[in-house]
Amino acid sequence: MSTLKFQSQAVAKPYFVFALILFAGQILFGLIMGLQYVVGDFLAGAIPFNVARMVHTNLLIVWLLFGFMGAAYYLIPEEAETELHSPKLAIALFWIFAAAGVLTILGYLLVPYSTLAHITGNEYFPTMGREFLEQPTITKIGIVIVALGFLFNIGMTILKGRKTVINMVLLTGLVGLAVFFLFSFYNPANIALDKYFWWFVVHLWVEGVWELIMGAILAFILIKTTGVDREVIEKWLYVIIAMALITGILGTGHHFYWLATPEYWQWVGSIFSALEPLPFFAMVLYAFNMVNRRRREHPNKAATLWALGTAVMAFLGAGVWGFLHTLAPVNYYTHGSQITAAHGHMAFYGAYAMIVMTIISYAMPKIRGIGEANCNRAQVWEMWGFWLMTVAMVFITLFLTGAGVLQVWLQRLPETGEALSFMATQDKLSIFYWLREIAGVFFLIGLLAYFRSFFIKEKIA
Amino acid sequence: MNNAIEISTLEDKKLPGDLAMWFFILAELTVFAIFFISFAVTEQLNPEMFSQGKAQLHPVAGLINTLALITSSFFVALALNAIHQGKRKVSVSWLITAQAFAILYLIVKMWEYQSLFNVGISLETNTFFTLYFLITAFHFLHVILGMIILSYITFRTYKGAYRSNVSGFEAGASYWHMVDLLWIILFPLIYVI
Repeated sequence: MSTLKFQSQAVAKPYFVFALILFAGQILFGLIMGLQYVVGDFLAGAIPFNVARMVHTNLLIVWLLFGFMGAAYYLIPEEAETELHSPKLAIALFWIFAAAGVLTILGYLLVPYSTLAHITGNEYFPTMGREFLEQPTITKIGIVIVALGFLFNIGMTILKGRKTVINMVLLTGLVGLAVFFLFSFYNPANIALDKYFWWFVVHLWVEGVWELIMGAILAFILIKTTGVDREVIEKWLYVIIAMALITGILGTGHHFYWLATPEYWQWVGSIFSALEPLPFFAMVLYAFNMVNRRRREHPNKAATLWALGTAVMAFLGAGVWGFLHTLAPVNYYTHGSQITAAHGHMAFYGAYAMIVMTIISYAMPKIRGIGEANCNRAQVWEMWGFWLMTVAMVFITLFLTGAGVLQVWLQRLPETGEALSFMATQDKLSIFYWLREIAGVFFLIGLLAYFRSFFIKEKIA
Repeated sequence: MNNAIEISTLEDKKLPGDLAMWFFILAELTVFAIFFISFAVTEQLNPEMFSQGKAQLHPVAGLINTLALITSSFFVALALNAIHQGKRKVSVSWLITAQAFAILYLIVKMWEYQSLFNVGISLETNTFFTLYFLITAFHFLHVILGMIILSYITFRTYKGAYRSNVSGFEAGASYWHMVDLLWIILFPLIYVI
């Protein structure tokens, strides 16, 4: 029995399932790498630290992309009140993207990176070797083809259906995602220019267009679970995305402080990125407000918990932890320290991992034909997963922040020659790295509890 | 239904326009507050550079712009008054007058920038001019955004949209008043004191 409004929404299922499989892989590589921080030899032959890091971050990006695509395939037909333009295309693109993703990760793991570069013909069109954009050129081209097919499919769906604010914001975010990815093909020889444009992908994704995607998904879930009027939610969505874009785009300046760029970037970057927490704070206010003003009790309590959780954690991780080190005079000391790692962990989990799990939590019971919500026992397991992962992430962030503060104190602040070297500092941080690894194990337990929730069926009395 | 309740409670509290617009205005004021505080603090640290920089600005142009924006705001207030009384055409003509003063502001400001560029002063001359250009250019963009909002309101008024509910008109007018309020702080801070 199907409980979907439009049958084609079911194409989201493989996207969600595969996203969660990659998520599990990301966590495993995170744990391997976390251990390598303190036990340097651990698996060092088979999976060197740089490879583990590359797999950890690439899996993150790819599983979030799968999650966003799944979210779009689920949400857009329902908003547009029409079937998806071509479910077949969506499934075909899924297999292309999944195969390309798996081959790329296997390439990272099985052959040396330079060999991978050689096999994939990087010398003819060099784009490899840059943090987060390590994918072989051919994979990057594959991503662009998948993105174009995906945008065509959802664009056609929106064109023939109802045009809502949520769909328009989501589409804008997804088009922006594809457009800014094109900068990954631009690879100037000058390293300052290289970094400058590298941020056009990295920053304008996570602090620009991805926020539109997040805002649209959150608005959709709030409409569905609270029954509050669409107009009220859309109005707030407008305010939030306007603030996100103004602060986010000019906030790119906070990456240009030490890049041989003019000094005014220190002012522009400091002031506008200091305000980047505002849209996230607005999201917290609006999510709680809407839930408090709800006009019906939605049976899917877990989805509401994820929605509120993502607003709060995004504000803390992206907003507060971003602000910690965004002002130029502070960043002069903290740049590229463990404080950056702390921010990166909580921001990606709070804003993007959690928003994907929010839509999965809402959509999966319907896609699987269970109904409006999972049975109570499954929801309890899911909420255990939520709390274990979220609290574990808070601790990971706190321990990394501790490590970062000590690192800055020992290695960066002393001016008269008593500053410790990089490796001597790392030794002093080991207690924090151990604690972070323990928190990481709890995160994995939370992930397992979350996965368990998908396999619990209602007991038939 | 819920929306209607919200609007009626807002009217009871006499908050003109929409709460979401006020949230946006508050965010805008926060950005400018940070800019103004940064300017004031940097001025305390570099008094010499700032007094020399200010001497190169054109206070009369600043004064003309102050008057232009205040006058423009006044006409928007008249337009709102007119729409409250149901005088649609009068409202449209006041709005157009308000836009004319905004255009005057844009012309004077661009002339000011041009005359600074002509003597070789730019964003990178020193910290004073970095902040001068950043703050005034950011304000300039707000004037343009305000003008777009006013144009939208003018169009809607012309089409007779605000017969029963003037909330959208009030929201736009509030934004325009914010733009001129900011200049009233900006002008003495950067040009005069």
